[in-house]
Amino acid sequence: MPLFYEKKQLVAPGDLLAEGDYVSGDSTYKENEKIYASRLGLVDYDGKRVHVVALKAFYIPVPGDTVIGKVVETTPSGWVIDIKAPHPARLRASDVVERSFKPETTDLPSIFDVGDLIIANVIAYDRTRDPQLTVREPGLGKIVRGQLVEVTPTKIPRIIGRQGSMVGMIKRETGCQLTIGQNGLILISGRSPEAERLAVMALRKIEKESHTSGLTDRVTEMIRKERKAVESN
Amino acid sequence: MTSSIVVNIKKKRITELIASGKRTDGRGLTDYREIQIESGVIERAEGSARVRLGKTEVLVGVKIGTGKPFADVPDKGVLTVNAELVPLASPSFEPGPPGANAVELARVVDRGIRESNAIDLEKLCVESGKLVFVVFIDVYILNHDGNLIDASALAALAALINAKMFKYTVEEGTIVKKPGYTPLPISNYPIAVTFAKIGNKLILDADLDEEQVMDARLTITMKKDGNICAVQKGGGSGYFTREEISEATKIALEKTAELRKFVVKS
Amino acid sequence: MKVTKKKPKKEREKMANKKSEKLIDKKGIRLDGRKVDELRPVKMDVGVLSNADGSAYLEQGRNKILVGVYGPKEAHPRHIAKQDRAVIQCRYHMAPFSVDERKSPAPSRRDVELSKVIREALEPAVFLEYYPRTSIQVYIEILQADGGTRCAGITAAALALADAGIPMRDLVVACAAGKAGGKIALDLMDTEDKVGEADVPVALMPNLNAITLLQMDGNLSVDEFNAAVDMALGGCKKLYELQKEALKSKYVSAEEAK
Repeated sequence: MPLFYEKKQLVAPGDLLAEGDYVSGDSTYKENEKIYASRLGLVDYDGKRVHVVALKAFYIPVPGDTVIGKVVETTPSGWVIDIKAPHPARLRASDVVERSFKPETTDLPSIFDVGDLIIANVIAYDRTRDPQLTVREPGLGKIVRGQLVEVTPTKIPRIIGRQGSMVGMIKRETGCQLTIGQNGLILISGRSPEAERLAVMALRKIEKESHTSGLTDRVTEMIRKERKAVESN
Repeated sequence: MTSSIVVNIKKKRITELIASGKRTDGRGLTDYREIQIESGVIERAEGSARVRLGKTEVLVGVKIGTGKPFADVPDKGVLTVNAELVPLASPSFEPGPPGANAVELARVVDRGIRESNAIDLEKLCVESGKLVFVVFIDVYILNHDGNLIDASALAALAALINAKMFKYTVEEGTIVKKPGYTPLPISNYPIAVTFAKIGNKLILDADLDEEQVMDARLTITMKKDGNICAVQKGGGSGYFTREEISEATKIALEKTAELRKFVVKS
Repeated sequence: MKVTKKKPKKEREKMANKKSEKLIDKKGIRLDGRKVDELRPVKMDVGVLSNADGSAYLEQGRNKILVGVYGPKEAHPRHIAKQDRAVIQCRYHMAPFSVDERKSPAPSRRDVELSKVIREALEPAVFLEYYPRTSIQVYIEILQADGGTRCAGITAAALALADAGIPMRDLVVACAAGKAGGKIALDLMDTEDKVGEADVPVALMPNLNAITLLQMDGNLSVDEFNAAVDMALGGCKKLYELQKEALKSKYVSAEEAK
């Protein structure tokens, strides 16, 4: 039952990763007792599970995910939201306004207009239905300030860190608020543009070095150094 | 309502049968359905043939006109092949300009005729660089029950063999008709055989139901000396192994010879 | 198959004088200095377009090819969508300035056929069933053509698909062999293709040993045909190594930051 690559080695689609009694994880597939990579990425083994941390992938909605999206269309019954997934997401008007709402009188664009950014939760998505969103929870709804950073969605777990350690550290060190969309969009809002700039730098570093160890310490160090440089100016 | 969708249990049955070397209509894996060729069915065309391959039915008309040669081959007549998937032939055919399937069909038939030099195009030159004969081969699919490529290639060849040209003389750069006809200068007989891969078996002359379950198809066109003049893999999201291709070339040698005898005789 | 029907007069006369037997000299050297089993110089780059979800640029000899991939995204027009899988919409297109005599930008019948066979060469490699009702768009632009553009287009398209993060069973790599100057030769350039005896383009999924494109035109015996297929497969395997290198090199800088 051989394994053909070491942990964190770079593989391409079609590369044979393992043979025999292994379980196929993310970005891999199994055929005739052989596990192959299906995306470009870094191999990882977790007991019997073989998976690839893809260097690039697109977002597939999962019910329960928090996402950040852009309103691209208003329809009589609600809004169409681009959440960077294969299918556009839907937000029903009835999710936002009272039940008695009438399509002919309620001015939906006054609530969310084309071009607005919203934070929402995915409530349903399957092979036959476009993703359904809700904003009926605290912290969800229209985004009015801050700046947006986009990363490939496979990097989101690394940005959050173990039990939120990484994102917690960035918040502490930069004083910014960070809202993470599982679809790879991250909203940063800080007290000053300088603070936001530091948070963006930190995110870019994590994105680039997501597969390396000791990253939290290195990012902390980088933020502190940058901050000091700015303060001494 | 008619629809070309095959019932799933039928698909399963086709696949299982073929895996065991049999087919739903009792044919062997490399057997063709009954072939009927009728030549000269359209009097107004210089050549024509109607081919029935089982329930698949194709009509080919050959028209001969005159025109200018292509600049890079000033001494050769012009050959053009066009295919129409006529809407009456299948619920899946729609009116409108030829789609990718029709274009591919026409080009595979064209390649077989062109690359084998089936028509001696040099003999169709009237005046170098200025005036040549143009052979239009129009493939008309009348009923679609699978294997359109082989049926069309057979019908095209039969129609070419059937075609006759009026005799002429050239006076001051124009063509003057004379009484009587001569056959088209035919110098080869290309035959196309199309394999369908179902599971890990190769079959010949798939019908429409079999085409719906096939993984991929492979057309090999051979000349009378047994050389290959055109190959085309197509038909969807499957593939062939290296061994399957060798096997297909072997079977093709035999089958094309067999089919050629049949067409040239009839 | 011909890339252009007409050539400028000078070129035409030159070509007419060129007989196939002159394509390879007594020492087995071709017009551009290659041996019979030698590929043209190849250059591949991945992630070259910022708007596309995936992209690649490939040079093979004088061929210059750019591929952009979008999706999977909602299929348009709606009726092309399949309920059980994604569809690939593939467009092979030659730039008007890509050949000696300007080519009309409207799609020719050749373009329609090539778009179809290239799509069918890529489909077996992509996990289409993962993304029902969506479309993956593959745009192949031939910026300069010098023979073998369909194969080079497939090789580049596979890179762009992988770059887009679309899950694949394997990469797809393509290469042609043919007969020129009486000999079986690898990776024919335009003149060899036009004057030579036959061309056999082949596409391969290298790890699964699956042949996903196979065409041929010209005149070959069965043995010659098989020899050409094998030579083309050999070319595919060499190109595959370059393909993997190109994909991975995009991330080598990140690798070094460890």
